[in-house]
Amino acid sequence: ASGLPAFATADAAQEAVMAFTGGVAPGEGGVTLTTPEIAENGGTVPVEVAAEGAAAILVLAAGNPSPGVATFHFGPLGVAMASTRIRLARTQDVIAVAKMSDGSFRQASNTVKVTIGGCGG
Amino acid sequence: MASIKPRVKAPKTASAGEVVSIKTLISHPMESGQRKDKDGATIPRQIINKFTATFNGAMVFACDLEPSVSANPYFEFQMTVPETGVLAFEWVDDDGSIYTDEKTITVA
Repeated sequence: ASGLPAFATADAAQEAVMAFTGGVAPGEGGVTLTTPEIAENGGTVPVEVAAEGAAAILVLAAGNPSPGVATFHFGPLGVAMASTRIRLARTQDVIAVAKMSDGSFRQASNTVKVTIGGCGG
Repeated sequence: MASIKPRVKAPKTASAGEVVSIKTLISHPMESGQRKDKDGATIPRQIINKFTATFNGAMVFACDLEPSVSANPYFEFQMTVPETGVLAFEWVDDDGSIYTDEKTITVA
């Protein structure tokens, strides 16, 4: 129905990953993504990412109106971990892609079940 | 807009080389640009789009934010404290406003 925001597809999330990695498919492992299994309120879902040796970490929500959530950058004094709170419109996969300091990419993803969506719908 | 107030929790003292945890919160509606008002008109997007933390001028932690970050954006991150210094925080709003805060960490 018109009036409802169009949801991003898995393809849009994949495109966002490729834009971040420059077309390189990320490897598995090395990234810790901590999310709740079930989020009662999609408006504020705690998310923590950590990847030792990462220079930047991209967080995506594959089922939101647009997949981008946040990109963390770490300086030399920073520790490659961050925790924040995000909005999830519905049950979906949350994806974290880490850019390691050696130029390789690592990915992790978790499914979060959302009881009440958090994008005003 | 309602008053926007940054809040930061950081230790006042640390030992040299210690890894400390920093928590930040800023009150902000993070209007996503997806919502409609009662007349069906889209409420324009207005979010904090950039957050940066620097220690004595060197970048420690930065984040590019999209509308999917919750209202009142919260960040927790960690850093190594090499020496006494000033940890400065900056939040950039879509309307160009910049909100700042700073904390001094003393190495005894």
